Amino acid sequence: MNTIFAKSAPGRCAAVIESQAPTASAMLPATLLRARPPRLPECSELDIVRHFTNLSKQNFNVDANFYPLGSCTMKYNPKFTEYVAALPGFTQLHPLLAQLGDAGRAQGALRCLYETERLLCEITGMEAFSLQPMAGANGEFAGISLIAAYHKAKGRSRRVLIIPDSAHGTNPASAALAGFDIVNIESRDGMVDPQALADAIAAHNDNVAGLMMTCPNTLGLMETHLPAIVRQLHDIDALLYYDGANMNAILGKMRVGDAGFDVVHLNPHKTFGTPHGGGGPGSGPVGVNARLMPFLPVPRVEKQPDGNYRLNDALPQSIGHIAPFYGNFGVTVKALAYILRLGGEGLERVAEYAVLNANYLKKRLEDVLDIPFSRLCAHEFVASAPEGMHALDIAKALLDRGFHAPTIYFPLIVKECLMTEPTETESKETLDAYVEALRDIVSRGRDNPHALAETPTTLPARRFDETAAARRIRLTEDMV
Amino acid sequence: MPYIPHTPQELREMLDVVGVRGTDDLFADIAMLPKHFNLPKGQSEAEVCALFEMLAAKNRTDAVSFLGAGFYAHDIPKAVDALAGRSEFYTAYTPYQAECSQGTLQAIFEFQTAISRLFEMDCANASVYDGGSAIFEAAMTAARVTKKNTLVVDEAVNPFWRRMLNTYLAGLDIDVKTVPQTNGASNLAALSAAVDNGTAAVIVQNPNFFGVPADYTDVFAAARAHRALGIISVYPIMQSVLKTPGEMGADIAVAEGQSLGQPLNFGGPWLGLMTCRKEHIRQFPGRIVGRAEDRDGKTGYVLTLQAREQHIRRAKATSNICSNQALCALRALIYLCLLGPRGLCRLAEHNMDLARYAVERFTSFKRVERLNTLPFAAEVALRLPLPAEKFVAALKGCVPGYPVARHYAGMNNVLLLSCTEVNSRAQIDSMIEATGGLL
Repeated sequence: MNTIFAKSAPGRCAAVIESQAPTASAMLPATLLRARPPRLPECSELDIVRHFTNLSKQNFNVDANFYPLGSCTMKYNPKFTEYVAALPGFTQLHPLLAQLGDAGRAQGALRCLYETERLLCEITGMEAFSLQPMAGANGEFAGISLIAAYHKAKGRSRRVLIIPDSAHGTNPASAALAGFDIVNIESRDGMVDPQALADAIAAHNDNVAGLMMTCPNTLGLMETHLPAIVRQLHDIDALLYYDGANMNAILGKMRVGDAGFDVVHLNPHKTFGTPHGGGGPGSGPVGVNARLMPFLPVPRVEKQPDGNYRLNDALPQSIGHIAPFYGNFGVTVKALAYILRLGGEGLERVAEYAVLNANYLKKRLEDVLDIPFSRLCAHEFVASAPEGMHALDIAKALLDRGFHAPTIYFPLIVKECLMTEPTETESKETLDAYVEALRDIVSRGRDNPHALAETPTTLPARRFDETAAARRIRLTEDMV
Repeated sequence: MPYIPHTPQELREMLDVVGVRGTDDLFADIAMLPKHFNLPKGQSEAEVCALFEMLAAKNRTDAVSFLGAGFYAHDIPKAVDALAGRSEFYTAYTPYQAECSQGTLQAIFEFQTAISRLFEMDCANASVYDGGSAIFEAAMTAARVTKKNTLVVDEAVNPFWRRMLNTYLAGLDIDVKTVPQTNGASNLAALSAAVDNGTAAVIVQNPNFFGVPADYTDVFAAARAHRALGIISVYPIMQSVLKTPGEMGADIAVAEGQSLGQPLNFGGPWLGLMTCRKEHIRQFPGRIVGRAEDRDGKTGYVLTLQAREQHIRRAKATSNICSNQALCALRALIYLCLLGPRGLCRLAEHNMDLARYAVERFTSFKRVERLNTLPFAAEVALRLPLPAEKFVAALKGCVPGYPVARHYAGMNNVLLLSCTEVNSRAQIDSMIEATGGLL
């Protein structure tokens, strides 16, 4: 499809403000002005509406397709949350209004933040939350910064974070960004190996700041040695970080605070049904237990005895500001609406049916794919493509059948992996249809591997030469 | 239960296939039960909507406001909501599977083109979280490119972003040398002089926090002479008329993209715009979309240069970022298309003109003056005869601007006033009337 720039006609315009204003050159010296106007598209409103409407049709999306992309929790996003988040009382609110006078102009918004924090505390068993982080990885960074601040306040410099190889790739990346050295430990039977952990602790003892865990991990398995792991870390006053990306699996079934974790981030765009937006915006609230509270980002939202809400900047040990203001408030509102709609019982059902759907799918695919771990999985599971077949080919063939592919780019520790997360919102019929499609793909692929490698053939594009694209980069219309 | 489709019979059949008696058995691996899980009961959709309508109404968005400070109320054409609100866009995810994600991918490619052209830079990424994280990521890019570790930062860079930068740098071996402003004016000579061989980047903002535009060409030349990068943060709407980062010789140009079609939303979601010179792209953070050819030789778009990213490189990635603000980027692109070059330029001029009117009215009071006599764009710093906090608190039904004293010593009486097209001369007149004797 042509780009919007190719549809531009000089002099055409959709929205020009009626104004008596003089030109910029009458208001500012010429040395401060640009030489040429920006080469943006010149189009009518209808040109633009057609262009983006047609572009949208080239997207797989949850509203149209089953999207079992592992670790991304692509559940259905209820429509009413769009309505509440679009209320002008929220969208038109300047964040600084909460910082002027007595915050009286932003009481509704501050209450949303406060209530969300309280609910997330009850859901996770943590003492306090900050909603500032603007995405999961940003929440990880905030959480790791809190760990750093904890050790610093104790007058020591600990530089090592231990990260199992079954953790998300963002974990080591976030830890590195916060200045930590990463010690990787290998999994055993898909679990953190207590012996490997003990060895790592022995090797770096006084320097271990903490451990980052994804639980259930990227293999879709619950950690069975959790109490021992918690003890191992706490014995040396190191902290435990919980990557909440897979929270959908444990809502109401386990609280990470009860389990002994010190800091956790959540992904409301996964667990609490806020839309993924084609890659964002998300949000990444970070929760802590009592000993990390003094270090949380400022400002904190507090409820006054008179029932009013206010912001508190006066936390001398705070790590500072993770966001310009209070995080992605528009996402927070949707998550809060979702939690209130479902209630405690509804959230528990989410975990039950997410895990049921995953186990059902796993069981039904046992004779289709190679499934390395036979025990019960959590909300997702990993499988390998059958011997001689590639995960990529299976993924592309699924696209042709109207299903989004599972995650195939990680975990790196499973060969030719397909990480599948059906979520609770999918029906048995959809799961059965997916199983039949996969069965058919695998059986045809055995007979004719070449045909599989040719897929997809029914979509707006076929496979791309990504290596050539990375070598000769064309990132704009003007790079040739 | 809402959004869970299983019938009792399907539940039974599925449990049988899995080989467990009930859903509780699915959680046998979890050793510790929750101590409590005292959440409220679920509510109907209508009840939840009514609650939020009540909460939204408690926010006084009806007040006339001249509050900006880097974050601006702009009119947003309804077509932006209509198009970005298509669920084909907002219920998709990161376009890992390019063949079924050409909508998102092409939109990001067009976004990268539009932002690069607006800033006159070689290329852009698909966006990061916000303007503050864009500055941090730009600084980290500079540190990787130059392998040096001092940042020279203008004190007139937005303090909301500078304090984020401090938080993000806390664990890293990177020093910040802040060059003081004088009465809201960036000290260009001092910025150039502060650059030495240990400098990774010099970071400036145009217009600066006090609304003063400047030409940073010489500052960036000084940076280049010491193998440091020049980083500039800009206000995208004003960039339609102001000298571009490209013209000034910047290496990296970033921005808070909120003003391009994003509602204020009490602080987000917004997006950070990031552009750079071609030679730095492989050290750049975040998602990047490139043009590619498919097997049939047809042009299309893919996520490219993924070898920089966390899901491949883990600890060695250029950043931990694994999302972009795709939907916000789409909004920004649609907004830029609707306004076009002429619409954007007239908007900047209209708002500058309005700011001049506000200055004229305010300075008609003998005891009010501009903080400096430099050129200004659509935001301006005024010195009042009373503390700005007091002035803001005293005006009823109107927020005249932002008191900057909380970020800058000795500026107790300084008010930062911003004008956009949501304001009018009539609003300015009534604000002046409301000052009744205070000035």
